[in-house]
Amino acid sequence: MTPLPHHPVQNLGRTAVIAAVAILFTIPLPGVAAAPGTHSHRQPSADATDPTPSGTSIADARLRWPGWDKVVDTLLMRKYNTRIVLLGTMLLGIGAGTVGTFMLLRKRSLIGDVVSHASLPGIAIAFLYVEIAHPGSGRSLPSLLIGALIAGLIGVLCTLAISRFSRIKEDAALAIVLSVFFGLGIALFTIVQKLPTGQIAGLQQFIYGQTASMTANDVRLIGVASVVVLLVCGTLFKEFALLCFDEQFGRSQGWPTSRLDLALMGLVVCVAIIGLQSVGLLLVVAMLIIPAAAARFWTERLGAMTIIAAGIGGLSAWIGGAISSLFARFSAGAVIVLAGATFFLISLTLGSRRGLIPQLIDHLATSHRVGRHDLMRCIYELLESRAVRESNADTPTVPTTTDPLCDLSVSVDELLAARSWSLTRLQRLMRRSHHAGLLHTMSGKWHLTDDGARFARMVARNHRLWETFLILHADIAPSHVDRDADLIEHILEADLVEELQHAVQARYPQMGMPPSPHPLS
Amino acid sequence: MSSSTDRVAQHPPSAPLAIHDMTVAYHRRPVLWDIDYDAPPGQLTAIVGPNGSGKTTLIKAAVELVPRASGDVRFFGSRYDDVRHRIGYVPQRGSVDWDFPVSALDVVAMGLYHRIGWFRPVTRKYKNEAMGYLERVGMADYAGRQISQLSGGQQQRVFLARALAQQADLYLMDEPFVGVDAATERAIVTILQDLRASGKTALVVHHDLQTVPEYFDHVLLLNMRLVATGPVSDVFTPDNLRATYGGKLALLDQVGHRMTLNRGTP
Repeated sequence: MTPLPHHPVQNLGRTAVIAAVAILFTIPLPGVAAAPGTHSHRQPSADATDPTPSGTSIADARLRWPGWDKVVDTLLMRKYNTRIVLLGTMLLGIGAGTVGTFMLLRKRSLIGDVVSHASLPGIAIAFLYVEIAHPGSGRSLPSLLIGALIAGLIGVLCTLAISRFSRIKEDAALAIVLSVFFGLGIALFTIVQKLPTGQIAGLQQFIYGQTASMTANDVRLIGVASVVVLLVCGTLFKEFALLCFDEQFGRSQGWPTSRLDLALMGLVVCVAIIGLQSVGLLLVVAMLIIPAAAARFWTERLGAMTIIAAGIGGLSAWIGGAISSLFARFSAGAVIVLAGATFFLISLTLGSRRGLIPQLIDHLATSHRVGRHDLMRCIYELLESRAVRESNADTPTVPTTTDPLCDLSVSVDELLAARSWSLTRLQRLMRRSHHAGLLHTMSGKWHLTDDGARFARMVARNHRLWETFLILHADIAPSHVDRDADLIEHILEADLVEELQHAVQARYPQMGMPPSPHPLS
Repeated sequence: MSSSTDRVAQHPPSAPLAIHDMTVAYHRRPVLWDIDYDAPPGQLTAIVGPNGSGKTTLIKAAVELVPRASGDVRFFGSRYDDVRHRIGYVPQRGSVDWDFPVSALDVVAMGLYHRIGWFRPVTRKYKNEAMGYLERVGMADYAGRQISQLSGGQQQRVFLARALAQQADLYLMDEPFVGVDAATERAIVTILQDLRASGKTALVVHHDLQTVPEYFDHVLLLNMRLVATGPVSDVFTPDNLRATYGGKLALLDQVGHRMTLNRGTP
């Protein structure tokens, strides 16, 4: 386990990166939407005269690229309809991203799926009930949503009850409840279909979602629900954090963890049911989980993670809504999920905290550094032993103005014999050190430069001191010291370093101690 | 000297922890039988027994994380629900998700949540206080680290700091010494001694027989039943240990032999 250094400055940098990515994604969007194909190059001039460039035939199967002004209209939400749809989906995205963070951390990612699937029989029953009471008015949205809400809640409670009171694990409970409720829903839908008024088309929007059919009332409903979700998450933030991190401890402290859990589940049910209409029950879970999963790659803080997840949720919902209103063929739910997936992919690869590429770079930098330290130490040790041999033979040393180490040379063969590195790796290391000005070659032999000699001496000294420290003080060795990167003087107290120096001198009597690069205070 | 049968129904009214005839079963199989025990106030007590002897279960059943089949548990003469905040429970290290996006300081602050109260955020004042507890366990330099970037011993110390933050009167610690480095072990021992000095009581599940006499005042020998309990010098004897550990004698005989030679300290 190597430690990740934790500097506030880096945090700032990371926040900046996040902001930059966010900006990248919002600003060029009109360009992205309008750019594909050569078509858009011709478009602007056409737009100047004809604001509705939709003269293509209906049979045309290709995508119709929207005009520039339509893009602007959509993005700035100038039209009432787009404003309604975009606002609605965005609020939903923000709410879903927020609750989803807690779901993800509570390892209940699939509970949203259970809610949405379990709501299907609720919708069917609500339809049938209203239809029987007042024939012809079964398709009223509020009653359908209430039916969905109740069924979704029952689904969640069933899942929790099964995993709590039986020995069945939670994932199995999820699978059982999800499929059974969905099956019941499908069965009830076939009954609904047989009714004269029960045209399935009206109910099908719950399965696939139908953002475009949103009305101002729907948006108001979504808005209220999202605000409630955000308020509850904001006020109960630390309580939810405790619940997700260490439920047992929370309970031992007297927090009503079961009730907190229910509250959190209630929020999920709210978001999922509200989302049914716009993204459909198959895709609701994506709005809950993808933003949170993406956010985790950028931060190690719960607060930041929640905010980033809400941002990604809102942004991808907005992008998805905009694209689907520009291209009528795309369903909003699908585009929202795809936009979220794009954010996820970017986070997975570039995420500053756990993204694949930053991790790879980190790893390469480490192996690079370790390699260079090994090489320089190895050269130092070879030269050192030779210097000792030559001084023992009493050959008069030629006085030089530079470092005596620089006069001695090493060959690749010597180095190959000294350590178990491959020729290619050694050559690569030497080439890099040559570039870095630590080594130079003279008539086929390798020499240390002045800088190289200083560096090699420092590395060797540091290594020996740490090694000795670990031998002498194994019991109190700080477990997270990076022995190559951290100079011993920076970690240990001066008198301890001095004590170690004596110990090293005792262990290597003929070699002596490479002097400290820092004055010991 | 005092075995479990000696003193049924003689519980002092305000013992930090009084367990009355408690039986705990997992899936119908009893794992603890008729435990009757009073924790001595202001003392450090080790709970010792072989694997599967119910040490963890004893603690968990006491704080109602595991249902009891029968029996009654009182803390300071009251029901657990009424005095929860006076009891600090330090679970085993493996019980949480170390990948969770919180820092060491955030975890310690969780020990202050009940004082902060509902709905209120963790303000700077409480963060400073949490920092003080991190300092006490020698972890101030690691306050900002995400918890998975800490070594096992450091994680244990963070848990301990969280327990200290609760300012409880009775601490129940589950295997705090498992898998920790020497520095952490020393830090834990110091903290335990500090706790005792300030009049607090601690019950610690402990696996290392060698250090029991050095670290603890009292011992509770457990193997599904309570074998013996009392001051270490009286109870921590080869005979009692043999009764606790049964067949696994080789190691015990060594310990016991050394103990008889050294008058109680191995």
